[in-house]
Amino acid sequence: MLSLYDGALNVPKILKEWYEEEAQSNYGAYLPFVGTVRSEDGIEGLSFDIYEPILESWFEAWQQKAKAKGAIIKMAHSRGDVLLHESSYIAAVFSPKRRVALEFIDAFVEDFKASAPIWKYDLKDGKRIYAKDRSTAIEGSGILGAKQ
Amino acid sequence: MIRVEFLGPIQKDALEVEISNLNELAAILQEDKELAEWLQNSAVAVNDTIVTSLDVALQDGDKISLLPPVCGG
Repeated sequence: MLSLYDGALNVPKILKEWYEEEAQSNYGAYLPFVGTVRSEDGIEGLSFDIYEPILESWFEAWQQKAKAKGAIIKMAHSRGDVLLHESSYIAAVFSPKRRVALEFIDAFVEDFKASAPIWKYDLKDGKRIYAKDRSTAIEGSGILGAKQ
Repeated sequence: MIRVEFLGPIQKDALEVEISNLNELAAILQEDKELAEWLQNSAVAVNDTIVTSLDVALQDGDKISLLPPVCGG
């Protein structure tokens, strides 16, 4: 399940909803990761653009990988502005046993950082500045720039 | 007609071009000096599927997207 929200995530509500959705599903492990905006470099917050069609297909491919291990993934992300100490990202794995969930959340969040079509901006001095130095080129990038 | 969209921080309006493959698109976009860095670091999707080679035939109505470096979370 992939959920996108305008602005900051209501973390307690989302975690509770996910917990209740799977309470009777016989999963032994529920492992959530929550990403919160920290104060650093004088930012007032972060802002996000999302390209939903590719995000959805990327997420669905991971959901199939999870399913093959008897697990499921849920993910929530913010669009637009998220201020300091608010949260913009939650990913969670439910699995029968803990080891699958612990390994899966690590692999999933790493690939999310490298591949999910989401762009981050710093909110600073009233401006929205692309976080270029913290961004990662998607695998296969650059083909249109190669000399003919 | 092929529609070309520039996503995220690439501040450029979508283009409509008459091309039949991605090599022709590369030649057109390389004329735009403001795009030079984005062409080096962006991924390319045809109809919302990322491609890793320019050897892709295009059909009328296809959509191409340029995806610059990402940072979710």
